[in-house]
Amino acid sequence: MSVMQMASGEHAPARYHPATRFGVTGFGFYVYLLSDAILFSALFAIFAVLKGATAGGPGAQALFDVKNVGWETACLLTSSFVGGLAMLAAEARRRLPLILSLGAVFLLGLGFLSLEIHEFLGMIHAGAGPDRSAFLSAFFALVGAHGLHITVGLVWIILLLIHVQTMGFSASYRRRLFCFSLFWHVLDIVWIAIFTFVYLLGVQS
Amino acid sequence: MFGKLTLHDIPFDQPIIMATCAAILIGGAAVLGLITYLGRWRWLWTEWITSVDHKRVGLMYIMLALVMLLRGFADAIMMRTQLVLAGGGHLGYLPPEHYHQVFSAHGTIMIFFVAMPFVVGLMNFVVPLQIGARDVAFPVLNSISFWLTAAGALLPNIALGVGEFARTGWLAYPPLSELAFSPGVGVDYYLVALQISGIGTLLSGINLITTILKMRAPGMELGMMPVFTWTALGSNMLIVASFPILTVTFGLLMLDRYLGFHFFTNDAGGSPMMFINLIWCWGHPEVYILILPAFGVFSEVIATFSGKPLFGYRSMVVATLVITILAFVVWLHHFFTMGAGADVNAFFGVATMIIAIPTGVKVFNWLFTMYGGRIRFETPVLWTLGFMVTFVIGGMTGVLMAVPSNDFLLHNSLFLVAHFHNVIIGGVLFGCFAGMNYWFPKAFGFLLEPRLGKAAFWCWLIGFYLAFMPLYVLGFLGMTRRMNHYDNPAWTPYLLVACAGAFLIFGGIVLQILQLVVSIRTWRSRRDLTGDPWDGRTFEWSVASPPPVYNFALTPEVDGLDAYWRAKGAARSESPAYEDIELPKNAPAGFLLAFCAVATGFAVVWHIWWLALGGFAAAIAVLIASSWRAHAEYVVSADEVADIERRGRITAGSPVCIRA
Repeated sequence: MSVMQMASGEHAPARYHPATRFGVTGFGFYVYLLSDAILFSALFAIFAVLKGATAGGPGAQALFDVKNVGWETACLLTSSFVGGLAMLAAEARRRLPLILSLGAVFLLGLGFLSLEIHEFLGMIHAGAGPDRSAFLSAFFALVGAHGLHITVGLVWIILLLIHVQTMGFSASYRRRLFCFSLFWHVLDIVWIAIFTFVYLLGVQS
Repeated sequence: MFGKLTLHDIPFDQPIIMATCAAILIGGAAVLGLITYLGRWRWLWTEWITSVDHKRVGLMYIMLALVMLLRGFADAIMMRTQLVLAGGGHLGYLPPEHYHQVFSAHGTIMIFFVAMPFVVGLMNFVVPLQIGARDVAFPVLNSISFWLTAAGALLPNIALGVGEFARTGWLAYPPLSELAFSPGVGVDYYLVALQISGIGTLLSGINLITTILKMRAPGMELGMMPVFTWTALGSNMLIVASFPILTVTFGLLMLDRYLGFHFFTNDAGGSPMMFINLIWCWGHPEVYILILPAFGVFSEVIATFSGKPLFGYRSMVVATLVITILAFVVWLHHFFTMGAGADVNAFFGVATMIIAIPTGVKVFNWLFTMYGGRIRFETPVLWTLGFMVTFVIGGMTGVLMAVPSNDFLLHNSLFLVAHFHNVIIGGVLFGCFAGMNYWFPKAFGFLLEPRLGKAAFWCWLIGFYLAFMPLYVLGFLGMTRRMNHYDNPAWTPYLLVACAGAFLIFGGIVLQILQLVVSIRTWRSRRDLTGDPWDGRTFEWSVASPPPVYNFALTPEVDGLDAYWRAKGAARSESPAYEDIELPKNAPAGFLLAFCAVATGFAVVWHIWWLALGGFAAAIAVLIASSWRAHAEYVVSADEVADIERRGRITAGSPVCIRA
């Protein structure tokens, strides 16, 4: 390429331009999700350190019920798929499919959460609560932090369901829906890591 | 009803604390009374408290830092006088349980509520102006960040009069900070305050990264950003990458203390050393979060007052990013004595020493910028020169301690205390003061009085050397940190000199207050009518002082580094075509959330569960309610813009930039 061509801007890289409102919000939310990823990484690292610290209490093999965890996983993965459908519905600006799919995401998330609470309560009743050993402290903190995020997501869905009535498919609403969708997918990824490293490797060892 | 809280928790038998509390209460009442007397509540509410303008938020951060500096410094003076009196069989005037709270509060307040808000405030105020943006990416979130920080800052001050503060040092190492060994509320105050302000800082980091990467003026490539903006980017990337670790670590310690978990306990498999690893995974990046923006300030100041472009812009940017990355691989040098083994210690020792290289690059760049320049010795330049000498000394003592075998000797000695004060005062604080003197006319429309500013600088500089050089010697003589009294009479003379230094610094602070008072009283004769009092190089100097609420009437077009400097010679259009400007409306969410956060935090500390639940529910309600704001913007019409711009050209500024 000749210098003249470059000077004429033919092959020059695109000039920087500030992002649109949507781009700014989406990018900011990605940065938040990165910080959340670091939060979970810290919890995963702590779990890895304390995995063997059962202090004479029950270990992973005795406690984890893979069937229950399988159902949890099914709930969450399906909810993410339905969440994708909700995004498509919003893209097409079709209110009823959006409400239905968001409602389904909510129910599946609620199902996941109930299974998790059921698991937690069962463990606590069996004397394997978080105060039993450092291993169980780490387990409850890591899985519980994910569960807390899911709870926040459920509240967010309720707000989205209300706001689609009051705001319609405004630009502001679509930004919020986009951020929620990112949030929910990242929780899926975190859950897959929990499923693998905490539960599957836990019962195997 | 009130959880653990009873009337006995107010230390009526401690005259020092009671007198301080009385002074704070009377002073606070006087301020509130004055606002009422002047009828300024509405003004305060609309112009400051609910403002989402990044300039106002930034200034509020800095005001918070200045107020808290007084509190943190009072603690410092108490420690220095105590140690002068507590030698050779004397016990001094502070009993150990009080003294332990004083040094814990001093460290906590100085790092989290002085250095952090000062640096974040400067970034908030300057960055959007430097990159040609009208505000930060998320203005309401910005206001929330500030108010959460302020809420966090309030709690340790409540602890002064109600209950106690932590006695554990500024990082609350377990097992000492566990319930078994610290059963009081002190550690809980500490944890709750830092959790609240930590969330604020994290949100602010997300906000500024997005602002810098997505909202620069058209044409401003990354390689055209001013160096302060680059350092702000590095600093905020570190915030986003490290503050979640802090949140997790403190969260787990709270679970230990409140719900009987076993993360850091001595029993049931807990690991106290894991806390120390985690806290320094945050803590070391934190050091660079503070110092990088200070480096940025010095770069701007040196280039402006030397009348030259910054020497080695690219190497400066690369050095900033290298420091950003290395910040994450040196944390273990804070506890070589953990006993991780020679290989691990050697890795972290070498990594630590490597950081001296990019830092050295920066020092040489500043020197070469000055070389051949026509330097004007204004107050910001004095702070910069003081920094360059002091910081290099502090850096070298740091490299000394980076050798693990040395560190085994110096660990937890006063040598360490001298080292980190050397870099934090000589680096971060000098940078903040340089930035304050440099950007003050931009913020308020008039210049700070120079002679008092320079006198304050000399007090600080000489006071610093008097106060901290003896501590290096004391470290070698075997004196450890956090000591309440001692029996070695050989230490007393050094401690006496250190105390004298602290009082000289106090003189510097008094002069700074005087500088502010005198400058405000004589503001008419110090006005900056040009918007560019220092002959600056970056875009913040292209607008009026103080800048109009929208910053830039016309978005600047950028075609290279120091674009404003090169555009200065060019003619300005007399009647530019202004357009309507959309700006974010005020929002009370931040203030309300801070209110909820203080109530919830206080309730959690004292186990007042109904209030904790109520405060938390109220906070959620505020967040949900603010999601209903449909019209969060208002429009400044093109005619109004033209009007403001015309007035701004003729008369800029009033002392408190109160005109809407």
